[in-house]
Amino acid sequence: MTAAAAEPKPAKASAVRSLPTPLERFFREIGRFFHILRRVLTWTFRPPYDFRQLFQQMVRVGVESVPVVLLTALFTGAVLALQTFTTLARFGAERWVGSLVALSMLRELSAVLSGLMVAGRSGSAMAAELGTMRVTEQIDALEVMATDPVHYLMVPRVWAATLTLPLLVTIGDLVGIVGGYLVAVVLLGSNPVAYTESTFQFMELNDLFSGVIKATAFGLLIGVIGCQKGYYTQGGAEGVGRSTTQAVVLASISILITDFFLTKLLF
Amino acid sequence: MPVDGSAESRAESRAESRAEGHAGGPSGAHVEGSDIQIRVRGVSKSFGAKNVLDGVDLEVLRGESLVVIGGSGSGKSVLLKHLIGLLQPDEGTVEVDGVPLGSLSSRELTDFRRRFGMSFQEGALFDSMTVGENVAFPLRRQTLLGKSEIHHRVQECLELVHLEGVEGKMPSELSGGMRRRVGFARALAVEPEILLFDEPTTGLDPITTAVIDEVILEIHRATSSTSVTITHDMASAFRIADRVGMLYGGRIVALAPPEDFRTLEDPRVQQFLQGLTDKQMASSHRGPAHRAAGRTPIEP
Repeated sequence: MTAAAAEPKPAKASAVRSLPTPLERFFREIGRFFHILRRVLTWTFRPPYDFRQLFQQMVRVGVESVPVVLLTALFTGAVLALQTFTTLARFGAERWVGSLVALSMLRELSAVLSGLMVAGRSGSAMAAELGTMRVTEQIDALEVMATDPVHYLMVPRVWAATLTLPLLVTIGDLVGIVGGYLVAVVLLGSNPVAYTESTFQFMELNDLFSGVIKATAFGLLIGVIGCQKGYYTQGGAEGVGRSTTQAVVLASISILITDFFLTKLLF
Repeated sequence: MPVDGSAESRAESRAESRAEGHAGGPSGAHVEGSDIQIRVRGVSKSFGAKNVLDGVDLEVLRGESLVVIGGSGSGKSVLLKHLIGLLQPDEGTVEVDGVPLGSLSSRELTDFRRRFGMSFQEGALFDSMTVGENVAFPLRRQTLLGKSEIHHRVQECLELVHLEGVEGKMPSELSGGMRRRVGFARALAVEPEILLFDEPTTGLDPITTAVIDEVILEIHRATSSTSVTITHDMASAFRIADRVGMLYGGRIVALAPPEDFRTLEDPRVQQFLQGLTDKQMASSHRGPAHRAAGRTPIEP
């Protein structure tokens, strides 16, 4: 046998065939998402239970995201009050500003905006961390040491995002309402008592719960997508960058789409 | 490092296996009657359009140190990852002690990997952990040892690779050679039956390379485990190998003990050994050696 005969066979035709179409890529991503989700749920109930990792991730996803979520909620509530006050004042309905700000924050804005901020902050971090571990063979090393990467890396991250985002959103609700109050009362001179009364006049517990349910779903999406994009990273530093970007884009789009369907379902 | 009774019996078995394996002749690809621990049969693997492995046949004897050489991109790492089930072949089978890895569920495969230790090209140390935590990691995950026992074992493993006193350092504070030795220590921690070394000396200076080779030999002597090393460093391969195999064009084209391997007349082996370009090889083929070049130890 000659050296030339032993060369790898060129396969141009299969090279063309192997390029996935956008539709194939779409279904591959969907398949991977549910594959990872199923494995995370399966591994969650198998020992050993690594609570230290879970708490570590909860600090990184939750506690360290508090400032950015608070700022987002504060200024969203403030700008909402500013916009609606000037608009509603045109037909003398400015006394409803409090209700409008509170319900908007609770039912919609706090969950969606906090979700988008955490997707940008923590979803990208998960993709970058796991992606780097993938390209530096650290994930292979885990598997070699009889440790399932889904169990060790993904279970704590996915649960950390799923559990902490509702808490962040609840804090965001409160801060958003405070932001609206400050603008309406301090800046625009509304009556504080009337504004506070208006804030709670139409509020139901269900409004709070709907935001929390949405936040739980968004947390799950951020965790699974961040881990999924990192886990399937290919191609060195460039690949890590690509995965990180894709994780943020995919998680953000998923949040917006899921928000629509959950809103339809919950109200 | 304590060598228990099972390790001693493995050492004896290794000596017997070597004797039988070498008796099979310099080609030694199929060593009938020997104690074969890993058997690779017709393994093919493609990534997209590229056929990386194209029907690899290989048998690894219990207790031997097998080194697989080959050029960059020849599929050595891919072959090594098949041995531990990190990659699944498109065709063919990999058997360890008669158990086909492809027949195991993902959970069974995870458990099966407890028998292996693997050191990666750049160490693949967890950069968020200290050296000590890295070496302790498999002990914490795979054993029921207490804190003090784990600490003791970590010290032993680090001593074996001549890295005493670095357990508090982070991987980023270590040189390339040190990181690889920490990788060895981590692979050794649970006393695996089979050790896999992925390019342990690539990119290191000759002195550090010699140190790494010496460490591998010491590990081999102390643990009597079976080891498979892949490298393109010839000096290193000849220092540590019981048998050397060459991967070329997706197949094992030569396999022999080091002293026989050097004298093989296969042009692919000689080109690799002498570090010749295709052009230089073609001009050397015009000489008398060319006529003998058709004789290859294994016809793939």
